[in-house]
Amino acid sequence: MKHELKGLSNPEKYHDPISIKNQDIGVLTNMLSTMLLIRKTEQQLALERKNGAIGGPVHLGAGQEAIAVGISQNLKKTDRVFGAHRSHSHLLALNPDFYRLFAEVLGKKTGFSKGMGGSMHLYDQPNGFYGSVPIVAGTVSLAVGAAMAAKMQRTDDIGVAYIGDGAVEEGVVHESFNLAKIQKAPMLFVIENNLFASHMHISLRQPSDMISRFAIANDIPYKLVDGNDVVAVAKAAKELIDDIRAGKGPGFIELVTYRWYGHVDWRDDVDVGVDRALDDIENWKARDPIARLSKSMIKSKIWTKERELELGNKIDKEIQTAWEMAINDPYPSADATLKYVYS
Amino acid sequence: MKTQKHNYGTAILAAFEYLLENYPEVFVIGQGLWSPWYVGNSMTDLDKKFGIERVIDTPVSESACTGAAVGASLAGMRPIVVHPRMDFMLYAMDAVVNQAAKWSHMLGGQAHPAVTIRSIINRGGEQGAQHSQALHAWFAHVPGLRVVMPTTVADARDLLIASVLCDDPVMYIDDRWLYDQEDELPPVVELDLATQRPEISVIGSDITIVASGHASLLAREAAQQLENEKISVEVVDVRVLNPFHAEEIVKSVKKTKNLLVVDSGWISGGFSAEIIAKVVEQLPVNCLNNPPVRVALPDAPAPTSRVLEKAYYTSIDDVVKAVKKILNS
Repeated sequence: MKHELKGLSNPEKYHDPISIKNQDIGVLTNMLSTMLLIRKTEQQLALERKNGAIGGPVHLGAGQEAIAVGISQNLKKTDRVFGAHRSHSHLLALNPDFYRLFAEVLGKKTGFSKGMGGSMHLYDQPNGFYGSVPIVAGTVSLAVGAAMAAKMQRTDDIGVAYIGDGAVEEGVVHESFNLAKIQKAPMLFVIENNLFASHMHISLRQPSDMISRFAIANDIPYKLVDGNDVVAVAKAAKELIDDIRAGKGPGFIELVTYRWYGHVDWRDDVDVGVDRALDDIENWKARDPIARLSKSMIKSKIWTKERELELGNKIDKEIQTAWEMAINDPYPSADATLKYVYS
Repeated sequence: MKTQKHNYGTAILAAFEYLLENYPEVFVIGQGLWSPWYVGNSMTDLDKKFGIERVIDTPVSESACTGAAVGASLAGMRPIVVHPRMDFMLYAMDAVVNQAAKWSHMLGGQAHPAVTIRSIINRGGEQGAQHSQALHAWFAHVPGLRVVMPTTVADARDLLIASVLCDDPVMYIDDRWLYDQEDELPPVVELDLATQRPEISVIGSDITIVASGHASLLAREAAQQLENEKISVEVVDVRVLNPFHAEEIVKSVKKTKNLLVVDSGWISGGFSAEIIAKVVEQLPVNCLNNPPVRVALPDAPAPTSRVLEKAYYTSIDDVVKAVKKILNS
């Protein structure tokens, strides 16, 4: 495999605090807080899946929070965001309502998808989250269509598809790049390159580790960014999204990251992973997007360890309350299985 | 009331024109739409009349284009995807089966993929196995997908309009062998697809033939021939295969006490079996005078060689013979 990502894919690099020069304090605090909320929500899901309280699979994205949070800084409620199997962060970055996520994962009527979807089929259209599904690459062409619709409806809304490095091995993704470009669709392709598809490292699946080569092939403007630097993600996304909203056609952003948990549920997957070692996971944890932002803010004297502890405790308490509520919520009624087949 | 002379193809064209004129959220996407010689006279000049932004010719990407239509429908549009041959649409199965058919259910009835997928059965002429398939039975197996097979000129127009105005995903299947039919049509009245049921197209008393699409036309023509021989055939046209309602068929069979099903797909695991099963389940014991019979394609891909091809497809004569065999047994 060609190592075109160079340092970005080397877990021993990019451990330093990130640059927050000229950034608004309120925005930084908000991004830090949302990332922490997503992290803690997923830790709760990991724990309860391990305990057996959650019956279905959960695909956790701990370690990748900076991507959804950075992208969503630039989105409006009327944009059209589509996710996949690992989409808790994509949804929570638009609407940090972990209570409805818990309820959904537990199959309760009060969940985002009324208890009909679970972790892998999430919906919150009023906040821009059109839907997520676990068929790899299943929503990419849908997002392009929603973007085409935005153009026909004469809005400046955009379509957004979150795509993993594994998903680009599906043919429909390449059809979608081509269609979006030829249609000049207002569409942002967000590549979360975490170097793994299920258990397999990218070196065993592709001739290069740089997914942006497909943007070049389709003449789509692209940016390749450290996915664990929320400020860099937000800034690069803004530049692309400004052009997309201005009618210049699709954009493409590749964000290099790593997931701390295995493919599904709470385990590390070093046993079933091919080219996945505990050392790597530890090194990647040193590239923690939350800690790197927090350290920068503390260094700049706009944040303190005490405040972070306080914030963490507050979120922990809210999560416990929300979890208890969701646990006690009702399941869908018996007629739900047939009721929702047709409108 | 003023009527207009149509054939099956111009009836489809009239539906497109009606929809594009009256509903700004309707657009059409598919291969060949800026030079629609693939689809007979059913889409002529739509691009010139309504603009290439609403009548979109596409790259050779059945999968992404169908998915894009599904996505646009989730964003408030009512797209129609056109697949000039059903065989090529198989590239788009994920968008149809995993996505369009499931989004309402798996998201708690909150998402409505109001997309219509027009797929055309276009066979004969020594085209062979990959230009000939009639796969309606596959799609009728999928909950969440409505499946429509118009037989008559009126249904070609009115069921296309009903499909597009329906909030669910619809597979609308027309067969090029139906295009020569002619009829006088009254002005459009919008129908609710959810309330459409099988229709009796020929009234009779000796036997019920149930069929959809082109097979239904064969059944009608066979009924005419048999009338000359004093055999009274009732023909029921299914029209909507999914969700499938059999009440009208059960009523007819209770009257005639004989059942023949004709289908343009393969015989094994086909829609003909579903019709017989659903009808027989609702019949009183000993209602039938003879075992039900089905006439459908042999379990083989379509051959190209003209001699084999002629034998492969069901003819009016095959239907006539099957009726006589049932009644004389």
